[in-house]
Amino acid sequence: MSDIDEELRSELQRQGIWVTSMQELYNWGRKNSIWPLQFGLACCAIEMIATAASRYDIARFGGEIFRPSPRQADLMIVAGTVTKKMAPQIVRLYNQMPDPKYVISMGACAISGGPFKQGYNVLKGIDRYIPVDVYIPGCPPRPEALLHAFMELQRKIDEQKLTGAGKAAHLDRTHPSEFPVPAFGAHDLEPAANADVFRPMKIERT
Amino acid sequence: MMDSPEQIKTRIESAVPGAKIDIVLNGSPSQQSSLLIDKEHARQIAQFLRDDAALRLDFCSNVTGMDWLDRVVTKKVIVKKIVEGEEKEAEETQQEKIPGYLEAVYHLYSIEHKHGPIIIRMRTNDRSAEAPLPSLTPIWRSAEFQEREIFDLYGIRFDGHPDLRRILMWDEFKDYPMRKDYRDPDDYEYEPTPHDDVLERAKQHYAPRPQLDGAENITAQP
Repeated sequence: MSDIDEELRSELQRQGIWVTSMQELYNWGRKNSIWPLQFGLACCAIEMIATAASRYDIARFGGEIFRPSPRQADLMIVAGTVTKKMAPQIVRLYNQMPDPKYVISMGACAISGGPFKQGYNVLKGIDRYIPVDVYIPGCPPRPEALLHAFMELQRKIDEQKLTGAGKAAHLDRTHPSEFPVPAFGAHDLEPAANADVFRPMKIERT
Repeated sequence: MMDSPEQIKTRIESAVPGAKIDIVLNGSPSQQSSLLIDKEHARQIAQFLRDDAALRLDFCSNVTGMDWLDRVVTKKVIVKKIVEGEEKEAEETQQEKIPGYLEAVYHLYSIEHKHGPIIIRMRTNDRSAEAPLPSLTPIWRSAEFQEREIFDLYGIRFDGHPDLRRILMWDEFKDYPMRKDYRDPDDYEYEPTPHDDVLERAKQHYAPRPQLDGAENITAQP
């Protein structure tokens, strides 16, 4: 972002003049007030609750206001196993969140299905339907890991651009803010994954 | 001391005329043999087990489904044969085909007498979708959700159940996932560490590599 020379900036700061940019100020404000959506799915939710409580205290990072409504939330922490019966509701909640919005996929289940990956009733990762910003491995991840993910997200928000080609998704009109809700089919969810969102890593076979 | 399964069997047979009861032996150290009851008299038998003063099995703690595939049992039978005018006993192996069926198992206890469990079983005629069995929910209310679960996952239709709907899977779902011949949907396109069955299914999604694998190892693409 820096169109200003860093040395000049610190020199000015020493003289009592604080120079900043709109982007820096905007991102600084947003990253320190991320309101998560208050919902949990399984044991990861217990770790999320511990993170919100006094011992780990997510309030230190400005994320203490868990909202019971998706319309007031900025961050969706998918904390736990997403069953195929639950997946449409998760996508619907995501769609109801206003932009800018972020998703943390917490724990092995939310990433890939985890220990239940081969189960008939478990979705193999929430990233099949909605875009995920930060993944946290673990089963369940410790509160420190969630705080780390939160800080990663803050770093990500801090780097978002307001203008230009690589500007933030919520400022880009061409970027979708809602994703199709999968339907309950006779054998599986239909579709089984949203091809626009789900981009699995290419597996190198040796 | 509670009656043995054999004693209970005799008592049921005298209390419920026409009832057909088999004892399914359990050879394990627990020795928990169970009573296989017939579908037609199941409701009456259950009523008797609950209301009989000596048994008072007033608590159904658990209802389980089971799926038995078609199987072949090899038995050794002693057959009398006439060899060279003399009658001799010879051993012969016979194979018996047992058609598959679905089973519901109920574990019963008595809160009043503090005894149990008595295990009763019912079997369907075949493994067809929605094979019928009588519901025992009118006798033991605690069986309601568990019979719904068996209906959902095994596809046994419990006749006389007050609210028989799927309980875990969605209503539009058509399969019975706990049946042994169930095949789960193919979402194996991304398997970073495949092995065994998972590897076999993940292979269906691999792009062919004729230079490396040789042309004969290419699997058909779906």
